[in-house]
Amino acid sequence: MGRPNPAITGTAIEGELGPGPHGPGAVPSNSARRSRRSRYAGRIFWWLIFLIGFLYFFLPLYGTLDFSLKSKPFGSAYTAILSDSGFVSSLGYSFVAGILTIIISILIIVPTAFWVRLKYPQLRPFIEFITLLPFVIPPVILVYGLLNTYNGKSLLPLGDSDTGLNVLLVAAYVVLSFPYMYRAVDTGLRAIDIQSLTEASQSLGAGWGRILWQVILPNLRTSLLSGAFLSLAIVVGEFTIATFMSRPAFAPYLNIVGDSKPYEQAALALVSFGITWLAMILIAVIGRNSRSQIKVTLG
Amino acid sequence: MAFLELTGVQKRFGEFAAVHNFDLAADAGEFVSFLGPSGCGKTTTLRMIAGFERPTAGKIVVNGADITDKAPNQRNVGMVFQSYALFPNMTVADNVGFGLKIRKRSKDQIKKRVGELLELIHLPDKASRYPWQLSGGQQQRVALARALAIEPQVLLLDEPLSALDAKIRVSLRNEIRAIQRQLGITTVYVTHDQEEALSLSDRIVVMSEGRVEQIGTPFEIYNFPSTGFVARFVGTLNVLSAKVIDPGAGTLEVAGQPIRAAKPISGGHAGGMITVALRPEIIQLGSRADLNNLSGIVDDVTFLGSIVRVRIKFTDGSGVISFDTFNNPHLAVPDRGTAITVSFPTEACLVLDQAEAAAAAAPEDLDAA
Repeated sequence: MGRPNPAITGTAIEGELGPGPHGPGAVPSNSARRSRRSRYAGRIFWWLIFLIGFLYFFLPLYGTLDFSLKSKPFGSAYTAILSDSGFVSSLGYSFVAGILTIIISILIIVPTAFWVRLKYPQLRPFIEFITLLPFVIPPVILVYGLLNTYNGKSLLPLGDSDTGLNVLLVAAYVVLSFPYMYRAVDTGLRAIDIQSLTEASQSLGAGWGRILWQVILPNLRTSLLSGAFLSLAIVVGEFTIATFMSRPAFAPYLNIVGDSKPYEQAALALVSFGITWLAMILIAVIGRNSRSQIKVTLG
Repeated sequence: MAFLELTGVQKRFGEFAAVHNFDLAADAGEFVSFLGPSGCGKTTTLRMIAGFERPTAGKIVVNGADITDKAPNQRNVGMVFQSYALFPNMTVADNVGFGLKIRKRSKDQIKKRVGELLELIHLPDKASRYPWQLSGGQQQRVALARALAIEPQVLLLDEPLSALDAKIRVSLRNEIRAIQRQLGITTVYVTHDQEEALSLSDRIVVMSEGRVEQIGTPFEIYNFPSTGFVARFVGTLNVLSAKVIDPGAGTLEVAGQPIRAAKPISGGHAGGMITVALRPEIIQLGSRADLNNLSGIVDDVTFLGSIVRVRIKFTDGSGVISFDTFNNPHLAVPDRGTAITVSFPTEACLVLDQAEAAAAAAPEDLDAA
């Protein structure tokens, strides 16, 4: 009879040959020790980077919070800004401008990005370049260009009236939102097979409007929300264009408050920061909700 | 009069001609498959019927109406895509009912029709599911139901089973055929899978490089290929070099052994070389006095599941020939190196012309294997 097969008898091969390099009582080799040490060093390095980043971002916030709370009596800066009618009206103005910006940029960007992806993919680099122009052209140039083009002598003298200036402001904000909105929409379109979906809709009798409204837009929900909240955050914090157009927006109000009320300005800065964060959290919550919906239903 | 007619249909993309003079007349309720390798123009032709591509020349007529210049959403042609193309934001019921909503049917009518179609595709309990909650096979059945919901004049299927695994492919193709027969809808099916085309179709259009090579029933296409390409593409093939002995009598010589073709050899002269093709399944083991016989040495035996393929090398080294035999547990498979004789009827010899022979001698042929 031959030697029993360890696999059949259940005898561990390790038992016959002695413990392996990772078995109990194994002595770690020099190279294993070195790799473990370098792993620890790497982990410490990344924690250090994270800590530096955290301090870089949050120390100024803490400084601002600390300063805003130095007003007497305690918290009076916050109660003062909340009771100031200028705060609500300027914030409301910026929010309305932001929402209008979002609606208009969706109406411009979604059909454009859809059409370019579907019919003229070779134009994508050009469209991308156009949408990136707000990063290259400073807002101050943009606002001067707008005010000069649409002044009282032009065919469309929007710069001469409050309503006209409001229109110009939103138009400028739409341009500023292009990079964020286009990228978000384009990424969303990349994630779905728009050609097949479009052709399937067409073969079922759908026209372009229905395809965009009922098939493409609902599948871009998360992307549109990302673009929308980023645009909103940018509009609420935008200073240059609103100031040069003398619009009662939030950022110019913040600046005016800062001239005479430093504690209130710090409080306002924190509030605007909070609004931005709120927008980000909303994106995350909506994104997470759509994912958890999938999980729940699959389960 | 044919229900679906394509007359002289051409499609060019710049200088490249994707489809040359495509002619087809399909009867109402007929199941026609476009079969060919990638890039042969079959999908482009289908897309022209659907309206997604505009023909460069030619005419497409459905039920007597010229639809060549109609927009895709005006054609009432149902389409099923390889990628399913279900609307991810809609439930199964909403997907199936989408076309009916566009046609402004009442809610009750839509509900009734969606229910009927979900019964038809055996998914009545999946109405409220979303596409991502279904398997690939289920998604494709929903896509089929969605295309059928609008009661299209013609149903187009663009490689609908390609993304599915082998077992589901077979069951779903049977289901597609059963539904098509039940509804009697004129159907055009695009595939590169010969087995799919042979098992599903009333007629097959074999295409190559934008041209129609042959149109015929699966039986005709397989047994009487009219070109070398069809012979090679549909099924497997032995390609043999033969010396013409007597063209009038159809006598030939392969590897120094006499054989006879059923018909006189046209275009061949005594002493000249021609190419003949033989299906491996028509060849049988053993010599028969009333048939053509060829002898050689067993070179290889390949087990393919239901069949066993045996390759024989001619003793003069001039080539090989393969034959298939059905597998069974008692099968006596000849060993490698054994000298054997195989036989085949005269009708089995398909004489190819020189251009066809060059096409047939592609690397995937049995001869070259």
